Amino acid sequence: MILDYETLKVIWWALIGVLLIAFALTDGFDMGVGFLLPVIGNTDEERRIMLNTVGPHWEGNQTWLVTAGGALFAAWPLVYAMAFSGFYLAMMITLFALFLRPLGFDYRSKLTDPRWRTSWDWGLFTGSTVPPIIFGVAFGNLLLGVPFHYDELMRPYYTGTFLQLLNPFALLTGVVSLSMIVMHGAVWLQMRTLDGLEARARKAAKMASIVVIVSFAAAGIWLSTSIDGFVINFMPDANIAFTPDLKQVSQQAGAWLSNYQIYPWMMSAPIAGFVGAILVFISAHNNRSGFAFIASSIAIIGIILTAGFSMFPFIMPSSSDMNSSLTIWDATSSVMTLKIMFWLSVFFIPLISAYSFWTYRKMWRRLDTHFIRNNEHTTY
Amino acid sequence: MISEHLVDISRLQFAITALFHFLFVPLTLGLAWILVIMESVYVMTGKQIYKDMTKFWGKLFGINFALGVTTGLTMEFQFGTNWAYYSHYVGDVFGAPLAIEGMMAFMLESTFVGMFFLGWDRLSKQQHLMVTFLVALGSNMSALWILIANAWMQNPIGAEFNYETMRMEMTNFAQVIFNPVAQVKFIHTVAAGYVTGAMFVLSISAYYLLKGRDIQFARRSFAVAAGFGVASIFSVILLGDESGYEVGDVQKTKLAAIEAEWHTEAPPAAFTLFGLPNQETMETDYAVKIPYLMGIIATRSLDTPVMGIRDIIVQDEIRIRNGMIAYGLLEKLRHGQKDEATIQQFDAVKKDLGYGLLLKKYTNDVTDATEEQIKMAARDTIPHVAAIFWSFRVMVACGFTMLIIFLLSFYYCAKRQEYKKRWLLRAALFALPLPWIAAETGWVVAEMGRQPWTISGILPTHLSASSLSYDTVFNSLTAFIVFYSLLFIIEMYLMIRFARLGPSSLHTGRYHYEKNHG
Ligand code: HDD
Ligand code: HEM
Ligand code: HEM
Repeated sequence: MILDYETLKVIWWALIGVLLIAFALTDGFDMGVGFLLPVIGNTDEERRIMLNTVGPHWEGNQTWLVTAGGALFAAWPLVYAMAFSGFYLAMMITLFALFLRPLGFDYRSKLTDPRWRTSWDWGLFTGSTVPPIIFGVAFGNLLLGVPFHYDELMRPYYTGTFLQLLNPFALLTGVVSLSMIVMHGAVWLQMRTLDGLEARARKAAKMASIVVIVSFAAAGIWLSTSIDGFVINFMPDANIAFTPDLKQVSQQAGAWLSNYQIYPWMMSAPIAGFVGAILVFISAHNNRSGFAFIASSIAIIGIILTAGFSMFPFIMPSSSDMNSSLTIWDATSSVMTLKIMFWLSVFFIPLISAYSFWTYRKMWRRLDTHFIRNNEHTTY
Repeated sequence: MISEHLVDISRLQFAITALFHFLFVPLTLGLAWILVIMESVYVMTGKQIYKDMTKFWGKLFGINFALGVTTGLTMEFQFGTNWAYYSHYVGDVFGAPLAIEGMMAFMLESTFVGMFFLGWDRLSKQQHLMVTFLVALGSNMSALWILIANAWMQNPIGAEFNYETMRMEMTNFAQVIFNPVAQVKFIHTVAAGYVTGAMFVLSISAYYLLKGRDIQFARRSFAVAAGFGVASIFSVILLGDESGYEVGDVQKTKLAAIEAEWHTEAPPAAFTLFGLPNQETMETDYAVKIPYLMGIIATRSLDTPVMGIRDIIVQDEIRIRNGMIAYGLLEKLRHGQKDEATIQQFDAVKKDLGYGLLLKKYTNDVTDATEEQIKMAARDTIPHVAAIFWSFRVMVACGFTMLIIFLLSFYYCAKRQEYKKRWLLRAALFALPLPWIAAETGWVVAEMGRQPWTISGILPTHLSASSLSYDTVFNSLTAFIVFYSLLFIIEMYLMIRFARLGPSSLHTGRYHYEKNHG
């Protein structure tokens, strides 16, 4: 049979990737807009223009995160349990930051008091800045390995601290993540606004793309020179279900690069990351904003895939008890659950994409101050 | 062993955040359909006032919706952050409906909700109505899937324990979806949401009528709410949860707790109207009983017995002893002794493994628990009776009060006299909190009644919690309380402000404040 357990395990690695990328591509630009709100929005009207470019869509975009969370729970329950409880404080900070977004969007323009509006602007800024940083930091720590183990009932125990997560390498990956989101938001604004805002968005896109290129390169060099990857030395048949502790794992210099030697086509991911970001710079500069948006999307896909490809088949390596490391082979659900969820995803993900696309098409236009003045009471 | 304090505070955090989430959920569920009704009338008749109604109630819908989403995010994270072992142990089954909910429901609801608010002049009338409908459909589908998940915790069918992976695994997806408990729960809960939406519109419209403002607008809104309310409250009460009790051991225990029925009575059992259940002596003091009623409510028959708590404890003790054997065999299997005989023996008793795990609260080595520990664990299988008993009665009282209010409102609407009956309008206004009180107490019955289990008969609550430090959870709980209180104040401020302002907030120039003040 084609859909055997082993194949499904690999497919689910790809599907989780698809969901994370969908989240980064869609919620990415509205978080970027949130970050840029106090940075390039000089007046209340300008900030309202910025908010309304994403007004009808941020909510659906954010739901990719919710769905990715649910899919993680269903397909990789061990990862959901270990990562969420291990990174407890980081998760709580993300969560509290996320709270500020729905309320910021919906409540900000309901009252006219400038203090009220400014407070929500900072709320939106926080809610859009903290999560990408934390997601980036989390990926950095996954690459380094995190300290956890299981007891005989398969109860997970995390033995690290929150401050440990904030190490220099992880902070660097946090910068990669934030800058790519800001770049994405900036090209979005360049595409959807006019006049002064458009010009400032263009500048922001160019600056962010430089930060992306530099930080991504620095992280790559750091990873290849001084971070030991993990390798599986032995494990049971990938076609049966087993618990993580049954395999043998060790740490090895350069292991995170070995996939690129075995499968050279994987090099296309880091290349896409760089080329995409460079194209953003060029096309933003030339006011080819539609093209810049596509380039920025390519960069994001490339960067996320780079992290995924480097670690494959690892998801969450353990630095303190290596055999407990979670991989796509042992962190997954049963074959039945994977199969059911696979077919549902095959049906729903294209459907969601189709109707989301419809909403974008319907709402597409460049916004300016006239629009805000004419819709004083009905827009964000 | 996991500290009691940690488990308690984790439960408290879950309870507070879930109950808070459910302050906003029912209004979303009900108001969404009311918007669909109002907008349909607008599309069919073309009358502007119905468009204004849709927009105005839609504004209030939006204020509520934002907090529904915000607090829902917490729920989605929390199984992983605070119930890690639970997530490991049942994620294979429980995660699926949550993921489906995301793909099938949340996506629909949240993609179109933005179009509802901002798409009025970009969409045709019909397209906009379709958008509103899809929002309502999405929110109701989300209720369906989350309740399928929740019902599985109450009555875990279609799954089996796998010792190789140390968790429950799905064996029959159809059984999980078509769980009878899920069906009754879904109907009862969404209907509770409809009642909430109806009461919300009814009360606020009554307020305008009492103030003599925007009469046309308020009377039409009142009428829609009264009609929708009558249908909904009947669904809540008549299509109640009773049939959910024919299945599942824990549901039976819950039923006994609801009725504080300590001794099995000869059928048909009496209904205890009031009384003070005493968990220590296992008696209900000062009980006022109505003969026969209980047997009829619970079993819909006159000759099926409702099992009393004392008998349930005796049964559970037997299952705990079985569970100890299962645990011993599981240890053998985990240590590699996987011969046919062991596997067969284990399969024979593994349905009681969860009862063995109850002993983990008292001893790490389940297999040689003392007699006293077994007795304590058996008593633990009974949830806090008084809390459940009283919560249930509060819910039912709210339900019947609202039934009367909706019926009278409907009656006087039909006679076109509702705006003259000030006593009725006042009653409707003061009844505003009732649906929320009923829904919250309803969840207390449902969830506290499931204790000491997270998954009935399979996974005890005290094992489910994440291995965090007490302080960590204490801090997050404090943050939740502070933050949620703040958000709630902001939400209420906006809600009350816009509700007071009424349709004038639309700035059409047609309503009260704009006419009077230029
Ligand atoms: C009976 C209905 C019901 C119940 C029991 C729950 N929810 Fe809920 N939830 C809804 C009904 C709902 C809703 C009506 O669909 C909401 C409320 C307002 C809204 O925006 O959607 C929602 C919002 C909502 C969101 C935000 C969705 C978005 O981004 O649009 C999430 C992530 C959750 N919920 C998750 C949960 C979880 C994990 C629950 C279990 C503990 C839970 N909800 C209980
Ligand atoms: C939004 C509506 C809900 C409300 C108001 C609610 C209420 C509660 C309450 C009051 C408790 C505490 C019980 C106690 O500790 O004595 C609780 C616990 C819990 N509930 Fe719910 N619940 C809701 C929905 C759900 C759903 C839909 C699920 C699962 C899909 C769920 C899963 C749990 C879990 C895992 C616990 C923690 C363990 C426990 O204490 O039992 N709840 N909930
Ligand atoms: C008047 C008659 C009513 C009866 C006989 C009744 C019965 C019940 C019962 C037995 C439960 C526990 C379900 C379980 O754990 O399996 C329950 C739960 C619940 N009730 Fe009611 N109820 C009534 C009215 C209401 C009203 C008026 C509302 C709200 C408007 C409401 C909202 C809820 C909710 C939200 C739950 C928790 C979800 C669930 O378990 O279904 N109920 N109800």
